[in-house]
This record gives sequence, structure tokens and C-alpha cells, in this order.
Amino acid sequence: MYDTLLLLHVLAAFALVATVVIFSAFALGLATDSRVLALGNALWNVGGLGSLVFGIWLALYVKGYEIWDGWIIAAIVLWAIATELGRRAQMGYVSATAAGEGQVTTSGAHQATLMHWLRSLAVLALLVVMVYKPGA
Amino acid sequence: MTAIAAIRPDAWNFPLLLHLMGAMVMVGALVLAASALFLAWRDGDAALVRLGYRSLLIGALPAWLVMRAGGEWIASKEDLTGSNAPSWVKIGFNTADVGLLLLVTATVLAGLGVRRIGRNGSPGPLGRAPAGLVSLLLIAYLVAIWAMTTKPA
Repeated sequence: MYDTLLLLHVLAAFALVATVVIFSAFALGLATDSRVLALGNALWNVGGLGSLVFGIWLALYVKGYEIWDGWIIAAIVLWAIATELGRRAQMGYVSATAAGEGQVTTSGAHQATLMHWLRSLAVLALLVVMVYKPGA
Repeated sequence: MTAIAAIRPDAWNFPLLLHLMGAMVMVGALVLAASALFLAWRDGDAALVRLGYRSLLIGALPAWLVMRAGGEWIASKEDLTGSNAPSWVKIGFNTADVGLLLLVTATVLAGLGVRRIGRNGSPGPLGRAPAGLVSLLLIAYLVAIWAMTTKPA
């Protein structure tokens, strides 16, 4: 049971970082295709839900961890921040890619790029918290 | 029945973080490359072949290096190298090492596809072969992730 929960939690985390990589391609101007963007958004939806659900399940299941541990609360807060920043980045890029192929240069896209890099930082902080488990 | 939380020494955290970050970015870049190359296969869109090539060259290859170096570092810290290496570590190293060969091949083929677009306007089969190789890599890394997390005996 523990192995399965951990595997699903880690796979969900891989999906989150895959979204960050895909959005980075848009932020760097390497990608403009709306279908690639849609894949990134789908991966965040699946990975976001999976990492949260299986992460909380693990915290409840594993002896020695509690849901109110500081590092787990910090992780949930970072997850929420990353999700909101990602939602804003997604809105900006969706409208920018809808404007036409090869045109991810509108003001909305600039805002989306900022939101994306902030989300990337939040995801990095989330990963650091998960590995270092401060206070555990 | 519940599992007991394992606390690892602090000195292991940074190598583990590097290994994880490298692996996650590499898999993300492979997902991006696979989606771009498969879409290009269907549409013949030159920009997507270029995206697939660049995500392999500037995403997956450097991330592979970070993942592999971090893996070697954490394995040496835990004394899981050589004859001490359990099967899950061997699965990880073998997947990474054979995976590098496939990754380099896919990158070179995608690069040739991009060059061919410049000459003929279409990547031809050189746009399709890397899509297959990258998909194979993703399946192999899925097995490696399973081995790394569940640590079969």
C-alpha cells in the first residue's frame, strides 16, 4: 500500500514538473502550438490533484508524519500558490496562442511568462520542502 | 498497518534533490519532445519538429547529466555502488545509461530532421524515428521511477 501511494505521489510530481517544462518552452518563445499548451494544462490538472490527494493520504498513512506537521502545511501552501500562479499563466498563454500561430508576444503573454517563472520557483521550493522535510 | 517514516541523514538531501530535479526535468522535456514530434508526424509542421529537437538538446540532455551525476553521488553516499548495489539501483543506472544512447540518437535524428526541413520543407522519416525513440525512453523511465520509489528487493 505504502509503495503504491508513494509511486502515485511521485508520478504526480513528475507530471507537475512536466507542466513547468512545457510552459518554459512557451516562456522562452520556443513553442506556440495551443495543443502542446493544452497538454501542459492537462498534466498540471492530473499531477496537481494526484500530488495533493496521494500526498495527504501518505501523511495520514505513514507513522511519524502528521497532516499538521510544518513541512506538510508548507508544502500544501506552496502547492496552492503554484496552482494559482499556473492558472494565471495558463489564461495568458491560452489567449496569446488563440491570437494566432507564432504570436506569443502580447502583453498578456508577458504577464503569463512572469506568472510561469514564479510558479517554477514555487514548484522548486515545494520539491526542496519534500526532500529536506524541515522539522520532521 | 502503516509504514514508519524513514529519516535520512542531512548530507544525503542535496544529492537526492539534484537527482530528483534532473530526473523530473528530463522526463518533462521528453514529454514535451514526444508531444511535439508526434504532432509534427501528423501535421508535418516544421516548428514542432524544431521544438522537439530543442527540447531534447537543451532540456533532456543537460537534465540527464544532472540526474545521472546526482544518482551516482547519492548512491556513493549510501554505499550502494559496485557489489553493494541492490537491484533497484541497477535498474536505475542501466536505464539511465542505455537511455543516454537512445537520447543522443533521438536528438541527432531530430536535428537531421530540422536540417532536412531547411532543404526540403519536410522532415520525412527523420521526424518520425525520434518520436518512437522518445516514447520508448518514456516507458523505460516509467519503469525506473517505479523501481526507484518501490525499491523491489
